[in-house]
Formats: sequence, structure tokens, C-alpha cells
Amino acid sequence: MTTHPAGSLLAAHELRKAYGPTTALDGAEFSIHPGEVVAVMGPSGSGKSTLLHCLAGIVPPDSGSITYNGQEMATMSDAQRSALRRSEFGFVFQFGQLVPELTCVENVALPLRLNGTHRKEAERTALNWMQRLEVDDLAKKRPGEVSGGQGQRVAVARSLVTSPRVLFADEPTGALDSLNGERVMELLTEAARSTNAAVVLVTHEARVAAYSDREIVVRDGKSRDMERIV
Amino acid sequence: MNSRQWAADLAMGVRFAFGGGREGWVRAVLTAVGVGLGVALLLLTTALPNALSERDARGNARMDFTYSGKQLAKADNTVIVADTDTTFRSKDVRGRLLEPEGTKAPLPPGLAKFPSVGDMVVSPALEKLLKSDSGKLLRARLPYRITGTIGQTGLIGPAELAYYSGGKGLEARQSGGSVERINYYGPSAGSTPDELDPVLLLLILIVFIVLLLPVAVFIAAAVRFGGERRDRRLAALRLVGADGRMARRIAGGEALAGALLGLVFGTGFFLAGRQLASLIDVRDISLYPSDLNPSPALALLVAVAVPAAAVLVTLLALRGVVIEPLGVVRKAKPPRRRLWWRLLLPLAGLAMLYPMTGKGDSNGNFNQWLVIGGTVLLLVGVTALLPWVVEATVARLNSGSVSWQLAVRRLQLSSGTAARMVNGIAVAVAGAIALQMLFSGVQGNYTKPTGNDLRRAQMEVSIGGGTSLAEADRKLAGTKGVRATSAISQTTIGERAKNPDDVAEVAVGSCAQLRAVAHLTACRNGDVFRITGGADPEATTKTEQLARAGRTVYFDPSYDEMPSAPATWKMPAGVKTATHREDPTGYARDGLLITSGALPASAVKGLDQKVFVSLDQSVPDASDHVRNTVATMDPLADVFTLASNDVTPQFRSIRTGLFVGATCVLLLIGASLLVSQLEQLRERKKLLSALVAFGTRRRTLSLSVLWQTAIPIGLGLVLATVVGLTLGAVLLKMSATAIRIDWASVLAMSGIGAGVVLAVTLLSLPPLLRMMRPDGLRTE
Amino acid sequence: MSIGHTLLGLLESGPRHGYDLKRAFDEKFGHDRPLHYGQVYSTMSRLLKNGLVEVDGIEAGGGPERKRYAITDAGITDVQQWLATPEKPEPYLQSALYTKVVLALLTHRNAAEILDVQRSEHLRSMRILTDRKRKGDLADQLICDHALFHLEADLRWLELTAARLDKLAEVVAK
Repeated sequence: MTTHPAGSLLAAHELRKAYGPTTALDGAEFSIHPGEVVAVMGPSGSGKSTLLHCLAGIVPPDSGSITYNGQEMATMSDAQRSALRRSEFGFVFQFGQLVPELTCVENVALPLRLNGTHRKEAERTALNWMQRLEVDDLAKKRPGEVSGGQGQRVAVARSLVTSPRVLFADEPTGALDSLNGERVMELLTEAARSTNAAVVLVTHEARVAAYSDREIVVRDGKSRDMERIV
Repeated sequence: MNSRQWAADLAMGVRFAFGGGREGWVRAVLTAVGVGLGVALLLLTTALPNALSERDARGNARMDFTYSGKQLAKADNTVIVADTDTTFRSKDVRGRLLEPEGTKAPLPPGLAKFPSVGDMVVSPALEKLLKSDSGKLLRARLPYRITGTIGQTGLIGPAELAYYSGGKGLEARQSGGSVERINYYGPSAGSTPDELDPVLLLLILIVFIVLLLPVAVFIAAAVRFGGERRDRRLAALRLVGADGRMARRIAGGEALAGALLGLVFGTGFFLAGRQLASLIDVRDISLYPSDLNPSPALALLVAVAVPAAAVLVTLLALRGVVIEPLGVVRKAKPPRRRLWWRLLLPLAGLAMLYPMTGKGDSNGNFNQWLVIGGTVLLLVGVTALLPWVVEATVARLNSGSVSWQLAVRRLQLSSGTAARMVNGIAVAVAGAIALQMLFSGVQGNYTKPTGNDLRRAQMEVSIGGGTSLAEADRKLAGTKGVRATSAISQTTIGERAKNPDDVAEVAVGSCAQLRAVAHLTACRNGDVFRITGGADPEATTKTEQLARAGRTVYFDPSYDEMPSAPATWKMPAGVKTATHREDPTGYARDGLLITSGALPASAVKGLDQKVFVSLDQSVPDASDHVRNTVATMDPLADVFTLASNDVTPQFRSIRTGLFVGATCVLLLIGASLLVSQLEQLRERKKLLSALVAFGTRRRTLSLSVLWQTAIPIGLGLVLATVVGLTLGAVLLKMSATAIRIDWASVLAMSGIGAGVVLAVTLLSLPPLLRMMRPDGLRTE
Repeated sequence: MSIGHTLLGLLESGPRHGYDLKRAFDEKFGHDRPLHYGQVYSTMSRLLKNGLVEVDGIEAGGGPERKRYAITDAGITDVQQWLATPEKPEPYLQSALYTKVVLALLTHRNAAEILDVQRSEHLRSMRILTDRKRKGDLADQLICDHALFHLEADLRWLELTAARLDKLAEVVAK
């Protein structure tokens, strides 16, 4: 039995994860190719976010395997997985992710700096990405001084600044109105395609999921890959 | 807006203060403990003058020696008292022998009747000591039967060791200082009460300020505990219709609750501390709990002022804040902090203290209010300057690692909060540094080297009345712990029997004994020597005149009206010369040396017999064994312990007390730091999880928490050191003492301050690590 | 959509040739289905007959497409009335999907499967619309959005039904 589709960048097989008595994942499957945008859908509490956290190496699954680029993540130490997240992955969340004390450009530069890039260089790269996301004029402002949509674009810029190979987005438009949400999605998917990054997009909104290439539905901790059914 | 509305709003705030679940309680209790400690200290401050004056009053009421130089005639209302004070293991024991001479003889305070000979009435503390194992040695010295206890009116403190025993034949032993006939107790006419040593007064004032101020700062910080959570609560209240003023009043009510609970705690602490007061024995000073009565007016003032201050601080803190239904908005950009008025405070303090420099000399008096005002202003200056220093410094900090950047940026946004948190520590450290400096400086004053040559002898025993020197010497030499003894008899001669103009010292002894006090070339029993070459040429000349062959001299001449019967002596011919040398006490004598064979028999009675005792320091309680031996020979004998330094132990205990007090204050502040730190972290739970998600090392975040506390504390400690050293230097100048910086204590206090930061950071790490777990990302 | 009213509305800004009308219509509204010229001709003759438009002029060269039409006062009133009358909301009470789900349950087929496949199909359409929106202009975007919101509504219904399949099965089984 082949566990993972050939050529996939990130793949999971038979993932199980429980938080106390609550089963979040119960044999979930997942795979994604470079440059692909995959939507993870499902009702609230179905285990979407847990699947994303497991795939990103934030939470270790109770059982099952996750391979990134052919490497088994289960055997990695926490420090190794942290390093992987710093250099290979990017993250966008619904909210609570910009450091309120840092200016926007400092926020965007943060992942680079965590990787050891020199401050000046990091901020130069950060400004580049902010231009691409049309928020370069906010560089010197603090997150408290910008609107939700602008803040989310800053967050997207930050998630892309390390040129990650996988971008994890958990309800990235959840706190935005549809106009701002769509603009963020457009910029995000465009930027990801241009760098050939894979995007794991957790959302419960169909219109956001419509920016994906295909979707996976998570229900009761089990995942269904709709592509293969149709 | 009427008073009922006010009361209702405050009451609602009070309810909120305790209604926040476990966390609410912890916050309320912590606030209350802080306020309580402050209240207890305040009550103690208001009670202390009372207690000291009570103590002084009792001390005056039992004064027995008049030192008037006059002698009373024996009468129905006279009593002869003899001072038999002794020392037991560095603790003083007040001892009196009483010999009533008639039915109307006055009883000393605290006694129901005169003890008979062989009986004694003791203080409770002495009784306890005598009955304990550790008191066995003292029991041997006081072989009297215990027949009663001295009442509180006869003791200055509960820990005082004192006894009264019956005396016999004391009339013959009367002298100016230690045996006297009296007919009343109390201060003698014309004597002025002892003023408190101004330097000591200064010390006490400063100790209280230094301990009180950080507590005040802490109270101010404590009532702001839980600020963020409170803000959310207030916003919710606004949402359901409370107006801005109401919300403020409700916040005031929350602070009031903590302060009221603090009053209760404080009263409890004070009452408990009052009971402990009887156990505390600092510098032989102990206080009766019943003496520690705050004056009602001051206590009332504390009870009103503390809650009022708590409410006021809260209202002031909310001044720059707009409470909106959807959240609390801080005024966008607080005005930049100005330096000038902040500098004015410490400068004004210095200006108040400066005129008093040098007043500690020659019993000058300090203006207490200027001292308090100046010190308070200087120390409060720390709390005023620190926010400015933090803001100005942090604004200039920049590049650095990510953890540094996170911390610095956070401080830049809210330098006020950070400064407020460390204010208490800074004030405590500044005050403690100043106090330590003052202590070690003043201590240097009080502990001058005495010049005794301790290599030769550590004790000096004066034997009077009947006991022969040879016997005393023999007995002391055979006492446990004594390595060697040397004995010498002393007296004086004068040219007249009464009130002589020319006197010379006389040492009497064997040739061997005399050699210990002067250089003799040849000596046979029967020789008389006069000492030459002393430091005082006049003394040498006088001795030479008195020692002319055939001249009549009088042994032990008397002064004023003291009774004596000086023996007359005609100077023999052939007085030899001797050169002076230092005796075991470091004293180089002048005058005559008379071998025992040459001394007329009539002069023996007036001899002052001294034995110098050299102790084997390895034997425990050696000096107490010596005292015991002396007591069996003559209870009235004087025993001096020769020391190279005087007075150290008392100061050491005050310093230790201060150190402990300062540490407690710092720990309390540390606890409050921890609470606000955790509160901040909880606020940022989601952010922390997000940061960890994109790969931030835990070390980076932990370090940033450390920096966030360490930067303001580091600045606070630097400022505290500067202000503390300044204050210390001014205080030393005031007490006319050479300025000497005690770097060890500066380091110790700063070290404790730094330790508090480290402890706070370490203690906030486990919750931090827990919060950094990805669970924080779950939104469901 | 009433083509007659739409063409009348286009005429309000000024007289146009028939061919012009077709071009304007296609440009603004005919993204999916361009008008046949014949449709324009038949509509215009109906409007002419009802007195809502008049022929403003005929250009040389003959042929029906050379006629220039202008709107009459009665035409303007008619457009006004049409715009003022709200469209009746589509009740969608009889949905093919619902029928399918109930039939699947009655015949003990896998209803969830039907819903999932349908959802996938809906999403596929939405992807195409989203893609087109991304490449198109504002008009494209608005039109696609209209469709997207409808599809999303269907999807929500699918979601909800999927969550309530068990209950529905009980009701249907009675």
C-alpha cells in the first residue's frame, strides 16, 4: 500500500490526535504538491485546525505519519520542527499574530530575524514583500494603528517573507469583510503561485475555498479528498 | 450625583474585588498583604514614641544613684543601694543589693517588700534564664534564693535581666558611684533627662522612612493589580449602561476593598507583631506589648488615610484613561515626560538636608521635620525620576537580537508601567544603601579601638573590701579558662588628707608584680621607686616632689565630703627610679611603685586591688567563669572586659534587622512584579502561541521576558545606587562622620534587587512555557 | 431578465441603431449569452407596435439593421415602472437537490455521498467563477460575485443538510 501520493511535498497518513477525551483527528489523510493550493473544509470542531497544526509540526500527532519532502516529521525533535517552521513554512492566522509593540515592517521582518538574518537586510526584504501586498506605506506604523484588512496583509507579507515552501493559513479572512477578505486571498494565492509555494488553507467559507485548486473535507476527524472521488 | 450613589458604586466595586474567582482572591489578598504591612508599620510608627517614653519614664522612676557627692545621714527613711551590675554572655544584668535602714526605707518600683539577705527578687526574664540550662553559670554567680519577681513598673522592658537582693554591712563600702545611701527613687534634683543621641534619632527616623516608603510605593502599585482585567470589566459595565463616572467610582471601590482588607490585615500584623515585641531584644532594648499603644488620633488617621489614598491613587491612575463600552482607551500619546520637576524633588530634598550637615557633633539637634522631609523627597525623587530615566533610555535603545527588540519595543510603548513596577524596588534599594552607609559610618564612630593590649590580658578585676590581693590572684589563676593572671594594688598619695592639689598614683606589689607595670633594674622587697620618662613630664615632676625623703604624704586622700581616713606616711630615703612601660591594659603609669614590704600597714585598707586576667579563648564562657569567681569573693567587685573594639554586637543586630526588613520588602515587591508579569503574559497568550507556531525559539521569548524586567530594574538599581549614595553621604555629613562607601552593602542590596528580577523571571517561565504551547492557537 | 426593458433603458441615453443596441447590450449584460440580432429585431418591432419606441431615421443602404430607434415618452414611463417594481424573490421551494437526497434516503443509498459530490461540483463552479473574476474587470467581478453568493448559499444548505442527515432519515422513514 502506498501511503503517500508520489511527488507530494507534504503528506500525512492515518493521523490520530486527541485532546483529553476529545478526538480531534481520527485517521486523517492529506497530501499537497508544490504550487498547489488545497482548502481544508469542514464544520467547526471537525478537526481542521488540528490537522493544520499537525501538518505544520506545531502539535505532534498521537499516531500516524507526516512526511515533509520525504522526511518523517514524527522523528524530529521539537527544536528541529521549530527550525523547519522558521525556514520552510509560513503562517497566517485569523488574528492575534502581529506583535503589537513592533512596527509593521519589524513584524514582517521577524521570521527572517529569527533565522539569523541581519536586521537591515531583513527589513529590506520585508519592505519588498509589503510592496507586493500593497502595504508598504504602513511600514513605520504599529499594528494597533492599521485596519484589520491592512493588518492581515501585513501578516500575509510576514508569512511569505522567508519564501516558504508551504504556507499554512488558518481562517486568514475570518476577521475580515468579504471585500477585504477577497483581496487578501487574491494577494496570498498570487504570491504563493509566483513562488511555487504550496498553500494549506483552512476555512469554513466556500468563497475562500474557491481560491484553492482542490479541497479536502474534514468531518469528525476524518478527511475526504474530493478530487479522488469525483 | 449624591452620596448614596457614590456609596452604591463603591460597594459594587468592593463586590467585584472579591468576585473574580481564585485569581480575584489572590489579587485581593496580595493587595491586602501589601497594604497590611504598610498599615502595621504605620501603626508601629505611631506607637513607638509612646512606648519609648513609657520605657523612659519607668527608667527614671527607679533611678537610685544621685551622683551628688553628698552623703546622707543614716535615718529611718534611708536605704543603702549597691550596684552589682554584671554581664552574662554579653547581656547586661542589672543588680542591686538593698540594705534598708529603717521602717520607712523607700521600696524601689516593682517590689512588694525588701528581700532579706540571701534572697532575691528577679525579673521574669532573669528567672527564666536562671532556671534554664544556659543560665546555670549565672546561677552560680547569684546564689540567692528567688523569693519573688519584679513587677512591670520596675523594669524597662520584658527582656530586661534584673534582680534585687538583700545587703549587709554596705555602709562601710559607700563610695560615690556604686554604693550609696538614698531616701527616694527617681531622678536627682537638677539632673537633666538624657536626650536621645541625635545620631541615634537620625538612624531611627531613616529606618522608618526607608521601610515605609517602599511599602507606600508598593501600596500604590498594589491597588493597580489586575488592571487589564479590571479594564475589561469596567468596559462591560459601561456597555450595560454605567456612565464614565460610575465606572471610575466602581474601580475606586475595588481599590477600597483591597485597602479595607489591608487595614484588617495590618491591624492583625500589628497585634501579632506587638506580642512578638516582647521576644525581640535588640541592643538590650525590649518593649512591653502594652507599651506599644498607637495614639488613638494617629491610628484613626491611618484608618482613614490608607483607604482614601487607595481610592485616590486609582482615580488618579484612571485620569489618563477613557473607559468606553467596548474597551478602555488610553489617551493616544501620553505627554512626553518632563525632567525639570522630577529633578526638583531630590534637589529640594538635598536642600532641606544640607543646612544640617555637621549637626551630629557636640550634641547638636536635628530638625526632625527637615530630616523626614528631605529624606522622603530624595527617595520619592527616585520614583519621579525613574519613569523619565526609563523612557529616555529605552527610547535610545535599538538594534540587538530579536528578544532584545521585542523587550525594548514593549518598554517603549509602556515605559510607565515598567517603571511603576520597579519603583518600589528602587526606593527600597536606595534607602537601604543610604542606611547601610550611615550605619557603617556611625558604627566606626562608636567602635574606636580602645588600645588595650589583648595579647596580655582580656579582663581586669578590681577587688575591694577585705579580700587580699594574693588570695584573689590565686583564686582567679585557678579559675577555669584562665591562662595567666597578674595582680597589682593601686592607690594614690597626696600632699594633704583632703582635697589635695598634688597627687600621684601608687602601685603596690611584689617585685615581680611591679615589673609588669614598669621597667625596674633591681628590686628587693622594701624598695620604693618613682617612675620617670612618662609621656606627661608634669606628672614626673610632681612625683619627684612628693617622693622627697622625709616628706609626709597621705594615702588615698578624700575629696568633698566622702568619708575616709587617709593613712599618713613619711617618705623614706633612697627612692629608686624606674622607667615607664605599658601595663596589660595598655596604660603607661606614672607615680610611685612601692614593694609590699615598704608599705605601712595603715595604708593597706585603702588599696585598690587589681588582677589582670588573661583568658584561654578556646574555653567557652571563660569570662563568665571569671565573673563567678569574683562574685564569690566580693559581689561588689568591678569586672571589666578589655576589648580592642567596643559596641559592635548591637549595631550588628540592627544591621541584620534592616537587611531582613529590606529583603522582605523586596520580596513583597517581587511578588507583585510576578503577578503583573503573569497578567501581561496571559494577555499575550494567543500572540505567544502564534510566535511559537512560526518557529520562534522558546529561549528567545524567555529572554525577552527577562530583558523586559531586567532593563527597567537595571536602570532602577543604577538610579537607586546614585541616590542612595548621595543620601548616605549627606546623612554621614550630618552626623559629622567621614564619608566612606560600603561597597559590599551596595553590592548586596543591588544584588538582592537583581535577584528579585531573576526570581520573577524564573517563576514566570513555567507559565510562559505553558502558554507557548500551541493550544493557545485553538479558537474553539 | 426582460430584454425589452433592457433595450428600452439603453435607448434612454439617446437614439441608436439596432446593431448599436446589440453591441451595447452584449458589452454590458451579455457576458454569457450574446443577443442574436434577430432577437433585437423582433423585440424592437414589438416595442414599436406598443408605441414605446419610434423610428428616428433610416440610413441609406436599406436593411432592417439600418433603422435608428428612439424612446417615446410612454417608453420612458414603462422603463421607470419596470425599475420601480421589485423583482420577486425566487422561493426555491422545490429543489432538485432536496428531491435527490430524499430519494437516496428512501432507497437506502448513500445520501452523504450525493451531498459531497454536489459540494465538490459547486466548488468547481465557484473556482471557475473566482478565476474569471480575478482576470476580469469590475463588471465581471460583480456578475461573478452574484453567482458565487448563490452557489455559496447552496453550499451552506449542503453543509447544513449533511449535518442533519440522520434526523432527515428518521423523518423520511416514517
